[in-house]
Amino acid sequence: VHLTISQSRAASSANHIQPLLVDNAGQFFSSGHTNNWAVLVCTSRFWFNYRHVANTLSVYRSVKRLGIPDSHIVLMLADDMACNHRNPKPATVFSHKNMELNVYGDDVEVDYRGYEVTVENFLRVLTGRLPPSTPRSKRLLSDDRSNILIYLTGHGGNGFLKFQDSEEISNVELADAFEQMWQKRRYNELLFIIDTCQGASMYERFYSPNLMALASSQVGEDSLSHQPDLAIGVHLMDRYTFYLLEFLEDIHPASKTNMNDLFKVCPKSQCVSTPGHRTDLFLRDPGSVLITDFFGSVRKVEITMETINLTDPIKQVEQRKYSYVDQLPVSEIIHQKPKQKDWHPPDGFILGLWTLILLVFFKLYGMKHLKHIF
Amino acid sequence: LALKLNVLKRGQLAALSIAAVVIIVGVPLWWRTTETYRAWLPVNQINELANLQLQLSADVEVVFARGTVTPEQQKKVPLTQTQDEEHTVDEDTALRYRYETKYRTATIMEEDALNQPTAAEADLSLHTLSESPCGSLVVYVIPESSTLLPEDVDVYIGQRRTALLRIGAQMRVGRTLEQLLAHLEPRIKQVLQVMSFSHTDITAALSDRVRLSPGNKESIADSMRAFKSSPGYEITFSLLNPDPKSHRVHWDIEGAVQTYIQPLLTKLAPLANFSIDSQTLYYAMLGVNPRYDSSRSAYTLNSDSLAHVINPVEARLGSNAASSNPVLNFLLYVPDAHHSPLHIHDHKKQEVLSNAFHSPRWGGIMVYNVNGFYGPEAVFPVDININMAKVMGVFLAQLRLLLGVQSSAPPPGFLVAPCSSTGLADWELDRLMWSRTVENVATATTTITSLAQLLDQIGNIVINDNIAQQVSSAVTSLQLAVAELEAGNLGFALQYSKEAILASERAFFDPSLLHLLYFPDDQKFAIYIPLFLPMCVPILLSLLKIVSEARQKRRERQAKKD
Repeated sequence: VHLTISQSRAASSANHIQPLLVDNAGQFFSSGHTNNWAVLVCTSRFWFNYRHVANTLSVYRSVKRLGIPDSHIVLMLADDMACNHRNPKPATVFSHKNMELNVYGDDVEVDYRGYEVTVENFLRVLTGRLPPSTPRSKRLLSDDRSNILIYLTGHGGNGFLKFQDSEEISNVELADAFEQMWQKRRYNELLFIIDTCQGASMYERFYSPNLMALASSQVGEDSLSHQPDLAIGVHLMDRYTFYLLEFLEDIHPASKTNMNDLFKVCPKSQCVSTPGHRTDLFLRDPGSVLITDFFGSVRKVEITMETINLTDPIKQVEQRKYSYVDQLPVSEIIHQKPKQKDWHPPDGFILGLWTLILLVFFKLYGMKHLKHIF
Repeated sequence: LALKLNVLKRGQLAALSIAAVVIIVGVPLWWRTTETYRAWLPVNQINELANLQLQLSADVEVVFARGTVTPEQQKKVPLTQTQDEEHTVDEDTALRYRYETKYRTATIMEEDALNQPTAAEADLSLHTLSESPCGSLVVYVIPESSTLLPEDVDVYIGQRRTALLRIGAQMRVGRTLEQLLAHLEPRIKQVLQVMSFSHTDITAALSDRVRLSPGNKESIADSMRAFKSSPGYEITFSLLNPDPKSHRVHWDIEGAVQTYIQPLLTKLAPLANFSIDSQTLYYAMLGVNPRYDSSRSAYTLNSDSLAHVINPVEARLGSNAASSNPVLNFLLYVPDAHHSPLHIHDHKKQEVLSNAFHSPRWGGIMVYNVNGFYGPEAVFPVDININMAKVMGVFLAQLRLLLGVQSSAPPPGFLVAPCSSTGLADWELDRLMWSRTVENVATATTTITSLAQLLDQIGNIVINDNIAQQVSSAVTSLQLAVAELEAGNLGFALQYSKEAILASERAFFDPSLLHLLYFPDDQKFAIYIPLFLPMCVPILLSLLKIVSEARQKRRERQAKKD
């Protein structure tokens, strides 16, 4: 509960408000953030990586339930499992066997989908270097008082995370991206959760302040998946995220659970891998950090004590006639000039050309010249 | 034998020429084609800017009314004094405050103006005489026996840039000018702390550069509440009607914005651009169940639950997708007929008069009860016209707080004039301009220095010409802004600081500055070896053969000689 009363102009009431301000000020300033953001990324495609999409969507659901609105969530899903041809139950993504919980639905707002989920786009979202035409929903518009939750899942290795089966992001690049965010004060505190094999290697290189990191497995260990569903035919969730979500189910917007409980989620007996965490760069004590500081969005609120006495009558605004803005005629839009592309000779042509040259040379001068070259 | 020698020589020549071509032409060509284009940046000037020495100059005019100075003291007036105050914030930020105080006596017209019955009227007529430029102050010293101010009030702060200061009782006949000035100095300083920049404000504005440990809790609350400096803001007024079946609510938002909000925004035009839009949302519930309080026969929202009101509503509010400016949301909630009247209680269980609350860096919500407008026998839906003056009074107050107008109580003995119809006094605008200029300069210098550091550290970021140009123009604007601040031209300083921040942000966030993929050394070897090794190995081997044959020949020649 975060509340202060702003002091009114009249000096008389100032005296008895003062002690209250000190009393509530402690709670008000326990965390220095005023808004929350979440960046949830699933990096793998293909049907058999169903569980990564289910992981990300379950975290998305929890985060939304605890209060972060869609305008403050950047959700990146590398593949579409709900409408995949191999999905026996189209338009659903289940996170529990026996199809108990459908985490897909009609209020899931995916900001980056399919091939848009690339290392470049991820780094652009984090550092803010997006082209000017990017809409608000695809941007991370955080400020120096934002707490950001970053959740990554997919296939990873020692020091890298694989994106889309064709590229990877290394832990050095990630650490540099966070440093750039810090330089520009794009976050107040950042919680980084990664659920991949050897996930702890991804937070080894962090060096910016106010970062807390959790990983599902140590270097050299694999993160394992939870349970397959025989009807759908693939594994539905990863173990770490499954137990993380079980933990988050007990959290509601007003709960006081702190980060030390989060570190205990999924011990080795349940997870088979050893989850790790890193708090040395974090300035506050993890025991005083609430789960809702990152997963929820508890707003700070102040009562408005002052009002302004307005006495002027309302001016009448003359009614404007509304009309459509002049637009380009459709024919001009459709028949645009094609983009100029540089001309390249066809690929096989160059190979054939060189083969021809070599053949002619050796035919003319004989094969014996080969030994002078080698 | 000669033929064999010829053939051998030709082979050696071939190997040597290939090696020559590779070294002379190939290596430089490879180097040039794989290097990244980096335009020149004014690194020296940027490093100079990293060490920020700001000087803030304020002009103060102290006008003595009749009866405050003796004729002997009057002989030495007009007089100009300059005071400097140095503060070191941290190892690379230093502040100097310079106050240029001009002392003079009042003119006849000013004396007439000061003869008005009340302080407010005096203030008004004084303003008609002369207009002070922004950043400056005029303090009128009035005699102790003056009836302009009430008994317990010593200082009256007007709506423009003037203050009325009542001189103390002891300063009468026989005192020298120096003692008079010594008496006035701390009091004028107190006035300056309220009306012009104060050290706490300026250090709060530098929070981007300097991570300060929590000092004054009130100033921290202020810095968390107010939006950071931005070239533009979007203001959205939303009317939430959860019960359209019972209430048909009408609000003249266009007229109200034109009359009440637009004057304030026009006055704030030097600071930022504002864009306003409005919307009506139907069936939007608050998300918190209010409790019925039978003792007051009303529904209550207590302070604990207020924090959870905003999130469910925020999901339904739209925003202008085209801009990335911060959004201020002002919501007017008309409770449904079953939950009327709805009152907000503070944590002392007292009803809040304004029935409104605000959230730092987000906006404000006001609850407008309409059950008083109709009786139990009314036919639903009832037409309701909202009293926009009352609503806008609350929203205007919240808007002031969210934009950073300080809300701290003035020191004892001070009387501050109520806000004019624009909602902002001139000196409040000056204070905003001071802190905004300092904030812009601090942010722009941090951005530019961290950009230079970043580009230096990461060797394979391409620096295009347009980025270099933006950086140069940012550096120029910063230098101009700092110079104008020193000279005391607040308006120009703010303008240059805005240009500086725009240019620096554009340079820092340019999409082309994404560094190319990070290559660890083993990956670099893995890329180059398959390309160059098959070519280099035969050349190296043949060169080695040439060298060994030459050595053998020399040995034979030696043997022949001997």
